[in-house]
Amino acid sequence: MFRHILAPVDLAHLDRLSRALEVTADLARHYGIAVTYVAVTAPQPGKVAHNPEEFSRKLKAFADEQTARHGHGADARAVISHDPAVDLDRALRQVREEIGADLVVMGSHLPTLGDYVWPSHGGKLALHTHASILLVREHED
Amino acid sequence: MTDETTLQGIPEPEGPTELIDTEYEIGQDNIEGNVGPFGFDIHNPVFLISGLTIVAFVFYTLALPDQANAFFGWLRPFLTSTFDWFFMGAANIFVLFCLLLIVLPVGGVRLGGRDATPDYSYVGWFAMLFAAGMGIGLMFFGVLEPVYHMAISEPLGVPSPFAEDGSLIPENVDAARTIGLAATIYHWGLHPWAIYAVVALALALFSYNKGLPLTIRSAFYPILGERVWGWWGHAIDTLAVFATLFGLATSLGFGAQQANAGLNHIFGIPDTISVQVILITAITGVALYSVLRGLDGGVKVLSEINMGLAALLLLFVLLAGPTLTILSDFASGLVAYGKDLPALSNPFGREDTGYVEGWTSFYWAWWISWSPFVGMFIARVSRGRTVREFIIAVLLVPSLVCVLWMAVFGGTAIDQVLTDPAASAVKAQVIDAYNPPMSLFAMLEGLPLASITSVVGIVLVIVFFVTSSDSGSLVIDTITAGGKIDAPVPQRVFWCTFEGAVAIVLLVGGGLGALQAMVISTGLPFTVVLLLMCWAILKGLLGEHR
Repeated sequence: MFRHILAPVDLAHLDRLSRALEVTADLARHYGIAVTYVAVTAPQPGKVAHNPEEFSRKLKAFADEQTARHGHGADARAVISHDPAVDLDRALRQVREEIGADLVVMGSHLPTLGDYVWPSHGGKLALHTHASILLVREHED
Repeated sequence: MTDETTLQGIPEPEGPTELIDTEYEIGQDNIEGNVGPFGFDIHNPVFLISGLTIVAFVFYTLALPDQANAFFGWLRPFLTSTFDWFFMGAANIFVLFCLLLIVLPVGGVRLGGRDATPDYSYVGWFAMLFAAGMGIGLMFFGVLEPVYHMAISEPLGVPSPFAEDGSLIPENVDAARTIGLAATIYHWGLHPWAIYAVVALALALFSYNKGLPLTIRSAFYPILGERVWGWWGHAIDTLAVFATLFGLATSLGFGAQQANAGLNHIFGIPDTISVQVILITAITGVALYSVLRGLDGGVKVLSEINMGLAALLLLFVLLAGPTLTILSDFASGLVAYGKDLPALSNPFGREDTGYVEGWTSFYWAWWISWSPFVGMFIARVSRGRTVREFIIAVLLVPSLVCVLWMAVFGGTAIDQVLTDPAASAVKAQVIDAYNPPMSLFAMLEGLPLASITSVVGIVLVIVFFVTSSDSGSLVIDTITAGGKIDAPVPQRVFWCTFEGAVAIVLLVGGGLGALQAMVISTGLPFTVVLLLMCWAILKGLLGEHR
């Protein structure tokens, strides 16, 4: 059905992604396909790491931990951006094309009026790519 | 799982550094939530205190315009005449400190760790530096200042080449011409760039090598220790927000006046505050778009376009103007700057108070106000360079470009004034009637294709306006988000809009006098912050691996 899953993650807010991560692992095991966990960071120190190299190591460690826990094949891709708040959508599209992922599984917040001005990252990705996008809410109503 | 696989910060820059071991986590004091449908992630209390204080200030200016006018009218001369020695002495210390860092062994410390490699090429870096840091200033003062110092302000007591009846005094011409350029270069050369270099170095060192958040307070860790995350740090960051915002609003005010003067000159659009308000509103709209496109997609692209356009205008004036005279002005201006620097930078016992209090003090306060903003920009692009390389590049290259700019624009204008005073539009606009926003267009009028170059001039002012506004919003947003680079986008929209609003209100409330008074009042305490920062940098560098 699918060949490769792209799973964008925010290492600073993993607590908001538990269902999305669970679904990602379930689908990977079900179809027997690999997952690439992708995260975007700036070169400056942030909440997660002091520099991009440390960030990459932590993302790799996170992917390994998911493999150990769920048993699916996983890789990690850290994207370094000068302005992650704005460049995130473009970075996700680029990585998806590079690795040829045909399914994206990502967490998303409940829709608000603000989404009419700044659509969610998942919404934007669905608008601009041909891959299947699965948005997973951490909580429903 | 090893320690490496936990998600807590691991102190490992590239190669050995002396990372500061602090319990503080970036964003730990932040409040996250929603205002209506929009998310926010702001530092508590820096965002609220700075935002509310600025709102209170704006209301005061609007509610009591006469009182505000009188107050600002008194404040600026009071501060520049009382604290001129302090601004000048401090600026000298910054230059000496930078020169010291070049020769000391700590100059070998690499920002980002011993094995770090540079992130940006020099081209993109300098484009952003100029567009953000001095753009509008170069357009506004490039003609005005050299001519004014040559003919009116008499720096170091060098007499004007014009007698009171307006006739030329031939024996005064050479000395006045040289001092006009040297006195201008003094304001745009080593001193401002040393101020920027101090802030940029502090931010880069404490962020890249020490692992602290990219915000001004981080530089004070060696002095304040863990207290830097408390009220001392809140005060420093809040002051940095005030300084940046008022410094920026002043530039926006200059830009609006100059663009309006140019539009009036070419298209006959009325030169009024209302038109300037419309201009600021429209241009802030463009800045918003740029801010939403991000650092690489918006700010950098616009900066590079603008630098290309500025370089073309510079080349045109150089070739269409008196080329040989300009080149000779460039050389003689530099020599005179070197020779007169000790006298120009002497803070005590000066008799040329019109120059020192009216210009130098204001400039130093203005540059100091701009320093968190330009400093953060320089810091963001300077990872991977050694301290020595960094200081030499930040101090010398931009200084030389500024000297060239002043020699080309100012030298051409001075030549027009002295060659045929009666026919010179520059003399009419700067010396006979003091009309600063018109000075650039008056100079261009004396060259071929004036209507085209004037339009280019207006476009440049407007785009410089946009690049200052968008990059300023990014910097204020980072400071008020506790050093977070990836705070929600609506926050930068808020600051961009807010800057435009402050510029409008201060223009309506008290004209440029109000803006300039606020720059000096925030620049004054921030000078103390910068002086302490020098000490902190030295302490921070001494422990680093070379």
